[in-house]
Formats: sequence, structure tokens, C-alpha cells
Amino acid sequence: MNPQALARSRDFDHRGRAWYADRAVTVFVFIGGTSAILFIGGIFAFIAREGLGFVFTEFDAGEFFGSIAWRPTSALDATYGALALIVGTASITGLAMVVSIPFSLAAAVFIGEFARGRVRETLKVLVELLAAIPSVVWGFIGFSIMNSLIIDIFDVPIGLNVLNAGIILGLMAAPIMTTIAEDALKAVPDGYREAAEALGATRWQVIRKVVIPAAKNGLVAAVLLGVGRGFGETMVVLMASGHSINLPDSVFDSVRALTATIAAELGETAVGSDHFRALFTLGILLFLVTFAINLAADIIMRGIRRKGERGRP
Amino acid sequence: MTGTAAPLFAGTSLNARDRKIEWLVRALLGLMTALLILPVVIIMALLVVEGGPVISWEFLTTPPVDGMTAGGILPALVGTVWLVVVALIASVPVGVAAAVYLSEYAPDNWLTRAINLAIINLAGVPSIVHALFGVGAFVLFFRFGTSILAASLTLAVMTLPVVIVSTRESLQAVPRAFREACWNMGATRWQTIRRIVLPNALSGILTGIILEVSRTSGETAPIMFTGAAFFLPFLPQGVLDQTMAMSLHLFVITTQVPDAPEALPFGVALVLISMVLAMNALSIAFRVYVRGRKKW
Repeated sequence: MNPQALARSRDFDHRGRAWYADRAVTVFVFIGGTSAILFIGGIFAFIAREGLGFVFTEFDAGEFFGSIAWRPTSALDATYGALALIVGTASITGLAMVVSIPFSLAAAVFIGEFARGRVRETLKVLVELLAAIPSVVWGFIGFSIMNSLIIDIFDVPIGLNVLNAGIILGLMAAPIMTTIAEDALKAVPDGYREAAEALGATRWQVIRKVVIPAAKNGLVAAVLLGVGRGFGETMVVLMASGHSINLPDSVFDSVRALTATIAAELGETAVGSDHFRALFTLGILLFLVTFAINLAADIIMRGIRRKGERGRP
Repeated sequence: MTGTAAPLFAGTSLNARDRKIEWLVRALLGLMTALLILPVVIIMALLVVEGGPVISWEFLTTPPVDGMTAGGILPALVGTVWLVVVALIASVPVGVAAAVYLSEYAPDNWLTRAINLAIINLAGVPSIVHALFGVGAFVLFFRFGTSILAASLTLAVMTLPVVIVSTRESLQAVPRAFREACWNMGATRWQTIRRIVLPNALSGILTGIILEVSRTSGETAPIMFTGAAFFLPFLPQGVLDQTMAMSLHLFVITTQVPDAPEALPFGVALVLISMVLAMNALSIAFRVYVRGRKKW
């Protein structure tokens, strides 16, 4: 290239400080953007690092999923049966959903479709504040308020049981479900409602026949995310469930949950011991189940989003 | 034209029945909404009634004494502030960068979908699993030990989605025309973001950060094994010290200190929840204020 041509090409080269700054920022925000993937991968890697060592040595799937004998501290014959913990988590989450699904869907429909103006804004703020209450405060409420309430009302010896933890967890999961469900209702185009109203439908008919069917996927996703939330909650089940290894016969039995077991025992184990690694194995189980729930909710949600786009003119 | 013709839009008896059903449904749903909110209002009232008398200036400014059965909560309050501040320093730059990427740069491809899925999962993974991650990564692998640094980084990873989601929303609320006008003046992408997009989204970002403060200060499980101590009557001196924290302190005096006076945990719970709800209310008020004076 002759010198003249070189000089000419430099004239057209606008790569000044601004260009390099722009490049640098592009790289920086890309790293920031992908950090979420890095972190979720890191979480799995670090839990697996401790937990898989156990899975491939001491782990016995039949015992883990079939036995209720969680005796990790026994010196002679330590057993790691997680069945009671799984059943405990499932029973608390199940009851929590029985409590919170009807109420949160009702609240979502009321706030999203019936309430107007100031009432609606107030309710939304209240629901948001509800969602902000820390789990340890809910646990405290279960431990000190619900406990004595249950003992008094049902005349049972212990108030720390499935019923207590389930109700508290239900109250706790409800605001999240309400918010997501309300978003799903809001995503239904107003044109649908107007069309139905033009045919003379009352507002309830519009909701029942048009809005809810159209928002069905979003509502299912809301319920799923609520389940995931309840399943992974730690402090409430630790404080309000009674924390005793037990296959419950009724809601008045104390149980113990997966999350609570980790929280209660991790501090007392030696790093790298079988017990320590067994707790990380419980962590792998929790991680995989919540991952599956979130993935399912996301797929269902994306389904509606895509349908919505297709429907748009 | 006599008055005998039925009015054109009068309801039939069938319409009247539909109206009645609608009224009933509305009342039922309203009642259920109230039932969802009412218990919490009652609980708050109870916390104030039971815990209110405990709270005094002395309670807030002295350390606990006599095996945590008396005294105040100063080290826990200060510790929570430490944890929150360090967590914010770690997560806000990363979170804002991620949001800028997702809102301003990311093409609609598999990577962006993977990032979004990762964000949803970061928010959805149980807090105790975050705790295990904190122990495995920060305490053991990076050898930070049980320290404010390890606990705050765990909290930062956990609350990252809060910053990302709220920042992304506020960035996307800035009209596209603003960006186009700036590009047409010859500005680079970054110049546009720095001079136009970020300033217009700043209040929304701040709202998200306040929300994160509220979330971070209430978390218990992630800090239990990574840096929060059951009882430590000193104030932390640096990020490698352990510390007490409000949330763990509430757990400890509720379940581990049986001879604590009954009102004491109510007092701690009241202070904790007031902190969290005050932050949340601030963020809501801020949002309403910003929405009110938006220029577009």
C-alpha cells in the first residue's frame, strides 16, 4: 500500500477513544450478562463437587429414597434414608398449596379484573409488602404465635406440625403467586374482553369464559412457581414444622423437611465427612427439582408469549 | 307512540340472574382477598403490641448480654448493614451490566434465552442451596472462611436477579426514539447508554437497588454458615470478620435461647420487619413518584 492510500484510509478510520470505550463496554456488559449463567453453573458445580463424592461412594438409592432412617451421626452404622424428609417437604408444600392456590388466584382475579382505581393500587401495594416479609419472621410467627393458636384451637399437644408450617408457607407463597397470576391476566388483550362485553356478557362471564381460558398457561406457571417457592423454603419449615423425622398420619404430626435438615445439620458436621457430603447430596436433589419446576414454568410461559405474538396484527 | 313499549335496553330476568351471580362472585373473591391480607395485618399489629415496649434507644445501641436474654441488638444491626453494603458493592455493578446487556445489546438467540433461564433459576433456587454454594465456593474453595465477605457474596449471587430484572425493566421503559435520536447524532452505543439511557432509567434502577436492600437484609439461610455468628458481642472490623445479623439473631433467640423473655424476640422481629418494610415502602413510594413525573 502506498503512503498516500494509507493516509487516506486513516482519514476514514474513526476509531477514536469513543470507539475503544464502546468496545470495552461491550465486552464488560457481555461478561455481566453471561454472569448469571456462570453463577447458576457455579452453584451446581460446587454443590456437585461436594455431593457427588457421596453419591458415588456411600450412596444407596434404595436406602436414600426408601428408608426413613436418617441417622448420619451414628458412629457405627450411619444411615442416610431421606424418605421421611422428602415426605415431610411434600406434605408441607402440598398443604401450603391447598391453602394458597385458591386464595391467590381469587386475589389475582379480584385485583386484576374487579378492583379499580385506588382500591386496586392499595391491594397491589399490600400484596407487594406481604411478599417482602422475611422468611425468618414468618418462621417466628409459626413458632410463637401459630403454635399456641393450634394447641388452643385443636386441643393437640404440639402446635409445631404440618398444619402450622403449611399455613405459614401458604401465606408466604400466596403473594408471589398472586403477582404472577395477575400479570398473566393482564397479558390477555383488552380486545378479547371488549369483544365478549359487546356480546352482552357480564364481567364474571367475561372472566370465566374468556380471560381465564386465555390466561390459563400463565396461571399454571404462577402455581408452579409457587410450588417451587414452597418446596425450597427453609426457615419456615425449620421453625414451624417441629423438625422430627416422621411419616405424618395427619396434619397434626410433626415432620422434617429437606431444606430444614441441611440448615439444622450443616453447622455441626466436619467439612468433607460423609455427613457433610450427604447434606450436599440433599442440595443436589433440591437444586434439580427446583430447576425442573422453573424450567417447566418458563416453557409454559414462553408458550403463551409466542402465541400472543402470533395473534398480534 | 304510547308508553307500553318495553325499553330497548332493559334487562331480562336472565340478565338479572347473571348480574346477581356476578355480584356474588365479586363479593366472594373480595372476601378471599381480604382473608389473604387480613392475617398479616393482624400479625403486624401483634408484633407492634408485643414488641413495641421492648424497643428503646438503649435496645438499639447496646450489645446483648446475659446469654442473649437481655440487652440490645447493636452488633446484629451493624452486622446486617455490613452484609448488605458489601453485597450491594458486589452485585450492583454486575447486575446493572447484565441488565444493560440484556436490554441494549442482546440479540434474540439461544444465549439470551439461556441467560434469562439462568436468572429465573438464580431467583428460584432454594436459599439453603445458595448457602451450600456459599460454603463450597466462598468459604472453602476461595478460602474466605466464614466471614462477611463470604456471606455477602452468597447474598449477592442470590439477589442478583432482583437488580437485573428491575434494571432491565427501567432500561426498556426508555423510549426507543431517545436512542435513535442519539445514534443519529453519531454517538456510539455506549455514549448513548451513558448519556441518554442510564440517566433516564436511573430512578428505576435505584428502586431496584432499594428492593434488593430489603431482600438482602431479611435473608437468613444463606448467611447461617457463611459468615453470620450466633453470638458475637463485638462489632466487625473488616470484611474477613464474622458478624451477627438481625435475621439470624431472631432465629437464634427464638429457638436456641429458651430462657429469653417472651417479649424479646417480638422486639427483634419488629425491628427486622420494620427495616425491611420501610425499605420496601420507600421503593414503592419512589416508583409512584417517578411514574408521576415521567416526561414521556
